[in-house]
This record gives sequence, structure tokens and C-alpha cells, in this order.
Amino acid sequence: MPKTNNHAILELKSVHTYYGNIHALKGVSLAIPKGDIACLIGANGAGKSTTLMTIFGVQQAEKGEIIFKGEPIHQLRPEQVASRGMAQTPEGRQIFPRMSVMENLDMGAYLRRDKDGVKEDLEWVLSLFPVLRERSTQPGGTLSGGEQQMLAIGRSLMSRPSLLLLDEPSLGLSPKLVERIFDTLIEINKKGTSIFLVEQNAHMALSVSAIGYVMETGRVVLTDKASALLENDQVRKAYLGE
Amino acid sequence: MVKQELRKLVTYSFFLVIILIPMLGFRSTTFEPGRVLKTFGVFVAILVINFIVKLMRRGRGDTTVKRSHWSERVGQHIGRIPKIYTLGGLLTVAAVFPLAANNYMIDVGITCLIYVTLGLGLNIVVGLCGLLDLGYIAFYAVGAYTYSLLDLTFGLSFWAALPIGVLLGMVCGCIIGYPTLKMRGDYLAIVTLGFGEIIRLVLNNWDSLTAGPNGLFGMKRPALYYPSFADGGLEWVTYYLKSLPALYYLILVIVILTIIGVGRLDNSRIGRAWVAIREDEVAAELSGVPTTWLKLLAYALGAAFGAVAGAFFAAKLSYTNPNFFLFMESCIVLCIVVLGGVGSIPGIIVAAFILIAMPEVFRGLENYRMLAFGAIMTTMMIIQPEGLIPASRRRQSLRAADRRAYEEQNAED
Repeated sequence: MPKTNNHAILELKSVHTYYGNIHALKGVSLAIPKGDIACLIGANGAGKSTTLMTIFGVQQAEKGEIIFKGEPIHQLRPEQVASRGMAQTPEGRQIFPRMSVMENLDMGAYLRRDKDGVKEDLEWVLSLFPVLRERSTQPGGTLSGGEQQMLAIGRSLMSRPSLLLLDEPSLGLSPKLVERIFDTLIEINKKGTSIFLVEQNAHMALSVSAIGYVMETGRVVLTDKASALLENDQVRKAYLGE
Repeated sequence: MVKQELRKLVTYSFFLVIILIPMLGFRSTTFEPGRVLKTFGVFVAILVINFIVKLMRRGRGDTTVKRSHWSERVGQHIGRIPKIYTLGGLLTVAAVFPLAANNYMIDVGITCLIYVTLGLGLNIVVGLCGLLDLGYIAFYAVGAYTYSLLDLTFGLSFWAALPIGVLLGMVCGCIIGYPTLKMRGDYLAIVTLGFGEIIRLVLNNWDSLTAGPNGLFGMKRPALYYPSFADGGLEWVTYYLKSLPALYYLILVIVILTIIGVGRLDNSRIGRAWVAIREDEVAAELSGVPTTWLKLLAYALGAAFGAVAGAFFAAKLSYTNPNFFLFMESCIVLCIVVLGGVGSIPGIIVAAFILIAMPEVFRGLENYRMLAFGAIMTTMMIIQPEGLIPASRRRQSLRAADRRAYEEQNAED
């Protein structure tokens, strides 16, 4: 990997994270190209979600550097990271269950002050996920699993991020819905948002991504173009079930 | 199926009787056959009541879904009347009350209003931000003792001591808030409970400062100042609010200001962020909500209202001692918030009046007073778990959300 990468919107340089005594990330280095979709695949407990939480500052990185748009962000708090144009859709459809769909989306724009821009983005999100418009006054908790995932993604988009981090958007959804979500991700990406995808559904993730990273027990063990990883024997055996 | 249901019914009734025996006042020192018969009679009566309830429920079909929302219907009716009339009506009643009531009733009214302030303050922490606080009464104590000590040592007036008390309350709020930032649920409850007890024990044992269990007395009442030109020159006359109606009006003003303050917070950006933290802290953090600061702010503001109520309480009684601030008081305030409907301002006001006035109303029942109180609380929570007047957000969603969660869980299993 090159030392400095001008095309990368986000770069991690040998990042270490601990949960108490547990060494969760053991020197993770990766780069997400600007305007592309990158994905991080790996088994349960490999440290994928921890990577995202560390990037966002929810977990502090003990060592290493995280560079976002050319600035170090590894010492910032989550709200500071968010205000720099990053958004994250957490794992397991973490929406606000007793807030209405509209209020949920509104929370995504919490840091924004430009009312007109927020309105515009709301229209865009509702056009991406028309079902949210139908459900707009319904409490988030009453939506189905797929709708909640759409709401969670929609909420992250409301901050008009330049980089969107997604944690397992396919979790617990039917194959048809997964396809629908991934189609939308491509659409979002076309509008200029870079996407970093963390997935167990390796096939789906690699097929929409430009670059793929494979993670095992806190380390990135393999990096390549996504299309190449799809052909890689090791990956096919371990993650594609072939 | 029916047999199983019946067996369940009999078992439940049996346990209920066992629980009820001590309450019914049976003694077990001597054996009397008549008493056994009586117990059996109670058992049969409970069985029959249970059976009737069961039949009624069955007749209504799926009870969890179709349960009628009487509170919603009442709310809709009230909602149709323009808000200004309801508010005006309530205010008039509150303002006229001391003219019609005797001193005893006014005294109870003052206590109710103090608890409204406390309930609304705790509502910020528990209702909006979702942090369980079992030691809230500590801030009430801080307010009371701050005024008492400032008055007795420095002769400071109520109004000068009030902001200092509020400030100290907020500092205490942050002291309890900061170490518990990462805690949730049970752990938080235990720590806050301990904090409440620490404050009380300090007050109880720091003899040289707080006079220990004897308490402090002789504080001045709150005063009003008005200019007088009687002697030709301008003079400020001090009028001490000594009579109960005067104190009633003072706490009424405090309550109104509290309602306005909490209402505005509820509808503000900060309020929305608090609700987001309550709903899902990680998601709130990822949405850019500065959770650390907002949680501390919730503790500090909640404590501020508690301190105001405490200062008024000490000034009204002109006496204070550590036994006013027992854990039981924290429980009552928490009950007010939960019974009224977490996050709902009108609900908390109604609940404060019910919880404080009800034991007074039941004085006729003498020893059974607290039993009746407990029974009504329990019944309320069974038939109306969202509280008397649920906050609008909860009302529309609580049942539906729970049902959905239940269904999904079953589906995933």
C-alpha cells in the first residue's frame, strides 16, 4: 500500500484498538478510494464492526492514524467526525423505535442548519425509499426489518455525508430485499457518496465494490480489486462457500 | 386446554391468598377452625373473581391488541377544546383554590406542587434522557440545605440563595453524572441510589455544619420587596410570605415556570437529542449527537429543578432535617414520573396530585391507607402501563412497537 494516497477519502494506518485487555484491532491499514465503494469482509468477530466504530471515534484508537479528507480524525469525538461529513449506519437496524419515521430522518440531519438543503435531501431519501413516505408518521419500531434498514440508511444520508459507513446492511433480510438495498447503494454511490461496506454477505458486497479487504482476527489479511477477490481461491473457499 | 387454564387459575388464586393472608390481619398464635374456613372463603372468592375476569377477557378476544384506550379517547376530547381554554381554566382553578380551601387543604396543595416540580425535574433525566435515577431526592436536599445554611450563617435572602442552591445542585448533578456516563440500566440505578444515600448520610453525620439529625431551623420565609413612599422618601418594604396561601402562590409560580421551562426543553433541539439518546444511544452518537455533554446537561438541569423545590421546601417549613430526604422520597418522585407517563408533562402533574393527595384522602381508612394506595398503584400499572396521560410519542407507539418486537422475535426463533 502506498504511503500517502491522494485518491483516498479515508485512510487507516496500522490502527490498534483495545476493549479493555482485548486487542481487537491489531494494526489495521486500509484506504477507501474517493467516489468508490469499498468493502470489508470477514467472519464473525474478526473486528469488522470495531473497525467502523474506531473510524467514527466511538471506540478510541490506541495507536495508528486515521486520515479523513487529508486530516487526522483519530482523536475526535463521534459528533466531530460526523460534522466532517461522515455518516454511519449501525449494525442491526439501530433506529429510534418510538420516534416517527420523519423524526428519525430528522435526527440524521441533527448537525445541519441549512433547512433548504435538508428538505432537498429528505425528498431524495424519500425517492430512494418510497416506502418511508408511506410510513412517515409511523413509529420506527413498527416497521418491518427491511423497512427499518432502509430507514437507518436514509437517516445516515440525511447528513449529506461524503463517506457513508455501512455495517451489515444485509443482516437478517431476505435475498430479494438485500438485492434491493444494494441496488440503492449503487444509486447513492453514483450521486458522489463514497461508501465503505462491512459485510458477511461476501458475494453481494464484493460484486458492488471496487476494492475489497478481507479481515481475520483483527488484521487485514488480503487486499485486492473486488473482482479479483471474487476469483481468489482462498476467498472463494472461506467466504463464498465454494 | 381448558383443564390447563383451570389449573393455572387455581394456582394463581392460591398464591394470591398466601400473599393476602398477612394483609388480612390473620394471626397464627392460636388455631381456630373458623379462621381456616374464613381463609378458604377468601380463596373461593378470589377464584370466582379471577374466573369472571378470565371469561370477560376471552369474550373480548385478543386483549393485548384490542384493549380500549380510554385515555386516548379522553385525550382526544380534551384536544378538541382550544388549548387556551383548558389552560386558562386550569390556571383559574389553581388561582382560586386557596380562597375556597382551608389551611389543611392548602398545605396538601403546596406539597403536591412541590412534587410536581420534582417530578418534572426528574422527568428530564428519566423521561427525556432515559437515565434511571434513584437518588434524585439528593438534589432536593442540596437545595434545602444550601438555603438553610446560607440563611442561617450569612443571612442571605431566599432569592439570593436560590441561584446558589441551583448552581450547587447542578454541580452535584454533574458529580453523579460524570462517573456514570458509561453506565446503563441496573448499574446506573445502583450508583444513583448510593449517591442519594451518601448525601443523606453526610447531612446526618456532619454535626458541626448541618446539626445532624436535629436539623436546621429558623430560616426566613421567602420575601417580596416593594417600594413604599409612605414616609415621603423611597423605601423598600420587605413582606415575608408567611401565610399558607402566600406560599401556595409562590410555589404555583415556580411550578408554572418549571412547566414552561421543561416544555420548551422538550420541544427544543436538545430535547430531541435527549429522546434520541433514550431511544438508542449508539445511533444517537452516530447521528452526531454529543451524548456526553447532553447526558451531563440532563443531570444538571434535572438537579436544578430539584434544588429549587428543595430551597422552597426549607423556606416554607423554616425547618429541615435529613429524614425528609429518605430513599422513599426518591421512589415517590420516580413513581410520579412513571405513573404519569414517562416524558409527559400533563401526566406528571396529574400523577403528583394523585400520589400526594391520595394518601390524605384515604386517611379515613386508617391502617389500610397504604394498602389501598398500593393496590391502586398496582392496578394502574396493569391497566394503563404507559401512564395516566402518555406522552404523545409513546401513546401512538408503545403497544404497536412491543407487538412488532414480539412478533419479530418469534419469527427469528
